[in-house]
Amino acid sequence: MAPEDIGDDELALLLNEIVERYGYDFTSYSTASVKRRISRLFILDHFKSFEEFRKTVLTEKNYIRRFVQEITVNVTEMFRDPGFYKLLRTQVLPVLATYPFVRIWHAGCSTGEEVYSMAIMLKEVGIMEKSLMYATDINPDVLDQVMKGIYPLRSLKLFSENYILSGGKEDFSSYYTAKYDLAKFDDELRSKMIVSTHNLVSDRSFNEFQLIICRNVLIYFNKPLQDKVLELFDASLEPRGYLALGSKEQIKFASISSRYEQLDPKEKIWRKLQ
Amino acid sequence: MAKATVNGDFRVVAMGGSAGSLEVILQAFRELTNTRIATVLVIHRKESLHSALPEMLNTKSHVTVKEAEEKERIMPAHVYIAPADYHLLIEPDGTFSLDYSEKVNFSRPSIDVTFECAAAVFGKKVIGVLLSGGNADGVAGLKAIKKAGGMCVVQNPKSALVSFMPQHAMNELEVDKTLGSGEIGAFLNSIQ
Repeated sequence: MAPEDIGDDELALLLNEIVERYGYDFTSYSTASVKRRISRLFILDHFKSFEEFRKTVLTEKNYIRRFVQEITVNVTEMFRDPGFYKLLRTQVLPVLATYPFVRIWHAGCSTGEEVYSMAIMLKEVGIMEKSLMYATDINPDVLDQVMKGIYPLRSLKLFSENYILSGGKEDFSSYYTAKYDLAKFDDELRSKMIVSTHNLVSDRSFNEFQLIICRNVLIYFNKPLQDKVLELFDASLEPRGYLALGSKEQIKFASISSRYEQLDPKEKIWRKLQ
Repeated sequence: MAKATVNGDFRVVAMGGSAGSLEVILQAFRELTNTRIATVLVIHRKESLHSALPEMLNTKSHVTVKEAEEKERIMPAHVYIAPADYHLLIEPDGTFSLDYSEKVNFSRPSIDVTFECAAAVFGKKVIGVLLSGGNADGVAGLKAIKKAGGMCVVQNPKSALVSFMPQHAMNELEVDKTLGSGEIGAFLNSIQ
């Protein structure tokens, strides 16, 4: 079934049934994106009709986990947008280094490539010991991958190029061990990660942070949900804390925008004023 | 499927190109004066070209050329360019959204993705235009536009630097019109 063949009404009905049955709320997600993801699931899992799909989602116990995993987009890479990481390394981490403790929240961290990127930078800046990285996602399966820190070896060429472009000076291959077609990152990098499920739609703030990183997550939300999540981040950031989003994400039309200043005209990092 | 109601009554040109299409696009937009239409442009290109493109394409007329921003509403007299490395989606309310999911036809942005969204939202008001390229991207999207009652136009493969993409479209569906590489601008201006 092509995305354009999924009716708005049948989709809205199913998403409401999913909230009632499982508590997962996708009703404020981008309709066009959800339709594409469902269309993709149709092909992967060989559904013949929307009704068959709906029945499976609502009655087959284990299928909702797959639904959540496949509806959410889990495409990410290490040091994605190297200019962004360069700015973190040169302007944000030196400020955080002056604090006694550093708490960083990676919201919607997916399989964790960007969390490992942060761990590498914290180590290189010399503040790993006093830092904690909270890695959260709606999807428990991707968090298993964060815990493992194992990525396909074929991705490492890109990761390594990104690392160098972001200002990394070490030998990138010293951070992982390659075996067959996989690369496993050092356990030390994971030692300061706290991994947990968290649903940005329904869960509340759980700590105060100096830096919140949430990249290419808000693009899948409608405007009211974007505003709500930005309020959640604002409530979870210390005064003078930093908020970092994806390269095409904005806070300028959100209610919190007057309380933030952008560090750089290009990279999407803002600092809370007070 | 019921079509969502989108404000305004204007045609939407969904245009896609890959290898060999940039020159054709540059010429077409130099000539573009039609402020009645909205154009959504998906080009496969290198990241390095990305920021220069809106500038390069800027017309001297009253048509605004810009990169599409998420949640921005599609309006006539605008050319919206898909940002590098994101799929450009269109929501039922006629606003853009961006998507960083898997590549489609080895491409992100993918022409198929944007064409299919345009077909779903704007139906028969869509004119799909597929230009030079060496990739199959865009053909499934043109089919969706055709199915939704829109119009399908391809660059004449003989005039395309890389003929595979428009030729593949002509093999796969009945296109409504083929245009030479220098005829695109005049065609856009003729749309009512």
